[in-house]
Amino acid sequence: MSDPALNIINFSKNYGSRVAVDRVSLRVKEGELFGLIGPDGAGKTSLIRAICTLLKPTGGQILVNGLDVARDIFAIRSILGYMPQRFSLYPDLTVEQNLKFFADVFKVPEAEREKRLAQLYKFSRLAPFKDRQAAALSGGMKQKLALSCALIHTPEILVLDEPTFGVDPVSREEFWEILAEIRREGTTIFVSTAYMDEADRCDRVALMHLGKIIASGTPVQVKAQYRFPLFRVTGKQLRQLREFFDRQPAVHNTQLFGEAVHVSFTEAPAPGDWQRWVRASGENLQKWSPQQPTMEDVFMENIGGESQ
Amino acid sequence: MTNQVSVQTEMLTRRFGKFVAVDRVSIRVGKGEIFGFLGANGAGKTTLIRMLCGLLLPSDGQGTVAGFDIYRESEQIKRNIGYMSQRFSLYEDLTVEENIEFYGGIYGLNDEAIRKKKTQIFAELKLTLRAKTLTRDLPLGFKQRLALGCAMLHDPSIIFLDEPTSGVDPRVRRAFWDVIHRTADHGTTVFVTTHFMEEAEYCHRVCIMDTGKVIALDTPENLRQRFQQPTMQKVFVELVKSRIGKRI
Repeated sequence: MSDPALNIINFSKNYGSRVAVDRVSLRVKEGELFGLIGPDGAGKTSLIRAICTLLKPTGGQILVNGLDVARDIFAIRSILGYMPQRFSLYPDLTVEQNLKFFADVFKVPEAEREKRLAQLYKFSRLAPFKDRQAAALSGGMKQKLALSCALIHTPEILVLDEPTFGVDPVSREEFWEILAEIRREGTTIFVSTAYMDEADRCDRVALMHLGKIIASGTPVQVKAQYRFPLFRVTGKQLRQLREFFDRQPAVHNTQLFGEAVHVSFTEAPAPGDWQRWVRASGENLQKWSPQQPTMEDVFMENIGGESQ
Repeated sequence: MTNQVSVQTEMLTRRFGKFVAVDRVSIRVGKGEIFGFLGANGAGKTTLIRMLCGLLLPSDGQGTVAGFDIYRESEQIKRNIGYMSQRFSLYEDLTVEENIEFYGGIYGLNDEAIRKKKTQIFAELKLTLRAKTLTRDLPLGFKQRLALGCAMLHDPSIIFLDEPTSGVDPRVRRAFWDVIHRTADHGTTVFVTTHFMEEAEYCHRVCIMDTGKVIALDTPENLRQRFQQPTMQKVFVELVKSRIGKRI
């Protein structure tokens, strides 16, 4: 069997006494689109920077196509494309000048350049803007340019750190479509995000919290880990309705949304229970229907008592 | 929620030269309502919010905020609203308590009023145990609550939140929105601008903007049903994509 594209073995990173990443192990297969999902401060950036040879592990090992990030730094950099979290392009260069600059840095042979640029323009749709200064691009276009620069040397593995942070929903959608396209061409992609709803775009995901991986698998597998029957209930007075369910013994958890309450139960309620609750709530309870758990529900469940 | 009107606009318009940033927007938001604004960058959300906050004069149309006219009474409007930005404007080198005292001073509250407000906000937002903590040492969830507390010191009838929980851990987000719902129950109107479906789901109604116009305004549930999409993100993308051909 060939090496996985990315093999993270018991990796830890400490900053002084603070543990940013705590014994994380993950394997990413060649050609996979893998999502690392977690809130600010989970340790995602430390892990990503270590994969990109920019941080030395405190413990454990990271292998990129079998190469060790602690030793084979330059070999890894030639096969890996990295898009950092913050915009790292030259704002006063044009789109095309930025691309050519990165082509120089990564020593893309002169003969291949035109072809590569044409390919990158094709998927990014940035050709009409090639003479525009990077500073004058919209947020979504900047992200696409940064992505194009990370892909200039046709890397085998693409690593992106929160590429959709602060990007509007339409550009976000387009960005994920481009990632899917790059993946179809055989590139392995490792992408981090704080937005749980982006998990479904990935082949497999790992949820990260306080330096640890708390769940991993395909999005379907991870969501299936949520073991409490979940319902969406509505009624006349939502806050009172939530308080009502908070008092019921079979209730595991409740959450108030704008126009409904989500209630999870330790065991699925019987039809008779609902009728009883309609009466006991003074007919406040009006409608109920099963609700698919989201990645966020799984995350909440797995972080247990470690909240702020 | 009550039937009292908190914010009302009629054909509100703002032009910058020939560019129409906000195009004949008419909305009516009730007291105690949590009202979400969704829109791509450049859709006109910020310009609209700036007009509602009394920071920018409209080019055309009418509007009242908390009963005050947006042309003539912008000073009264500013005294009646609170604003919390995504990047909180807290003083990191001050303690939690000192930030409250500082903002209380800015809003012109006297010592007695500040003391009362402090006790009340600490209890409501569960900050009492952190009163003497330096703001820079606070976990993100506490910073958010403190920023919210500072934005509400002067008892505004309307608060504006700009992507208040983007990127935080879901538990922190849920706790924050519990506080917002409680605040709205007490009659404060809440305006939220956001890119994210996770936040839109906590709103009573959402307003989707594109090229300066309101292109949809309804409850999240009704919007999902009308466009037959499972999530607000998909509703939004569908709506905006279907309009791209109509743009100039």
